[in-house]
Amino acid sequence: MARALQLDLAKLSVREVNQFLHDELSASGADRIEILNPDGNHSIAAGLDADVVIDILGHAGYFTAGMNKRASVTIHGNAGWSVAENIMSGVVRVKGFASESAGASGHGGLVIIEGDASSRCGISMKGCDIVVGGSVGHFSAFMAQAGTLVVCGDAGPNLGDSIYEATIYVRGKIHSLGADAQEEELKGTDVEHISHLLAAAEIDGDAREFKRIASARKLYHWNAEAHQEY
Amino acid sequence: MCGIVGLLVKRDELRDQLGQLVTPMLDCMGTRGPDSAGLAVFHEPVAESHRRFGLFSPQFGFDWPQFHQRFVRDTGSDGVIRCIDSHATETATIAVNDFKEWLKDTYPNVHLISVGRAIEMYKDEGHPGEIAARFHFSELTGTHAVGHTRMATESAISPAHAHPYTAGEDFCLVHNGSLSNPYSIRRKLERRGIVFETDNDTEAGCRFLEWRMREGDTLEQAIETSFDELDGFFTFLMATDDRMVLVRDAFACKPAVVAETDDYVAVSSEFRSLAHLPNINAANVFEPAPEQIYSWTL
Repeated sequence: MARALQLDLAKLSVREVNQFLHDELSASGADRIEILNPDGNHSIAAGLDADVVIDILGHAGYFTAGMNKRASVTIHGNAGWSVAENIMSGVVRVKGFASESAGASGHGGLVIIEGDASSRCGISMKGCDIVVGGSVGHFSAFMAQAGTLVVCGDAGPNLGDSIYEATIYVRGKIHSLGADAQEEELKGTDVEHISHLLAAAEIDGDAREFKRIASARKLYHWNAEAHQEY
Repeated sequence: MCGIVGLLVKRDELRDQLGQLVTPMLDCMGTRGPDSAGLAVFHEPVAESHRRFGLFSPQFGFDWPQFHQRFVRDTGSDGVIRCIDSHATETATIAVNDFKEWLKDTYPNVHLISVGRAIEMYKDEGHPGEIAARFHFSELTGTHAVGHTRMATESAISPAHAHPYTAGEDFCLVHNGSLSNPYSIRRKLERRGIVFETDNDTEAGCRFLEWRMREGDTLEQAIETSFDELDGFFTFLMATDDRMVLVRDAFACKPAVVAETDDYVAVSSEFRSLAHLPNINAANVFEPAPEQIYSWTL
């Protein structure tokens, strides 16, 4: 494999790095990029639309690899808020933990958090898949519309609150389910789907140990007689 | 938005570098709070008979040496003043209430911004980097420091509205977030004779916690009570003479990150402001969980 092209954030601004990745990458011929000294900066490798492998060597800040298309981005450290927010396709992997709202609003592609993800993981997800090796915080998959959230550890309070057609699988303990989220029978197709995602994420686990959470669909229609109790 | 920072050094040798290490943290968080900033630094406590009085004068070029002479002459106290620009710390043997009385009568326009045996306080309007340079934060030494960069959302921009807030002795608090019931907290406390200096929501939180502690609660018990009594969003970072305490509300929508090594504990709103710290890549970095109290003692 060709040697990776290195971009050093100790010498370049995030804007310079991102402009290179947006506008000059194809002309450079590089298909593998290493980003050095991320030092918690925000928006690193956001808005990519290229078949490229990117390794961010350290802790990254907010919105890392946001809006990602096609690229495969790995953060060799922790990620700040909203990593891979609005991901369209490709893969974003966090080797450490992810702060709030990981994979928020993601339309497609795969987000892998090897450690824990904190609150609101997968909020409003619209079709992406998220695999979390550790646990997720409160209000994860809040208003999630489509896609799959797989949690190998535990889930915090109000999991799947106001969920639409996304599916959640949790192996560990669930602190509590949010409004209109319910546990359902784990079927063969679920086990296949979980196995497929765990394999894609390269995370070990027995798919049969997971619980399936999905929408009870009671919030779909306003019911004046429910007195806001769901 | 607002930014919070805190640093507690575990090794005595690092006390000389406290200001040097914490200043870039504060400056970096200027992006979250560009309109005012403050820093409380804690030292080895002075003798039990002594107090450090943190003072602020809004008057440009205020004559602090004359203030000091007048203080010594009027009260008969011994004392040492350390002054820089609009701020001074008078260290003296005098009862706190006597000092407050004297100050109110003699210099009604000078504000007492901190009292204690360990605390030293600076806060003012302006960009955090500019304030750090004005008050030579990088030269400060001590055991731990707590700072704040403010983006005002609910009350005026003024030196008095800048954080940290103090109440009682050797207790200060910085806040990222907003409280929605500060006035009901305030009315409750005012009925008990507690005096407020601003209309800021954080002052209500700070005075509430200090009031609970005076009623006999530990800081932990006071914080537990605040989960029921304070309505709103908060990441609170607090310091006393010998510890630094961090807590986030149940929703935890205001950020915080902690980095701990054998040498220090550092807290900030964003990891970015910790990236310069020595050996940071080997630090245990974690995000504090909601409604969990984190406390580090010297």
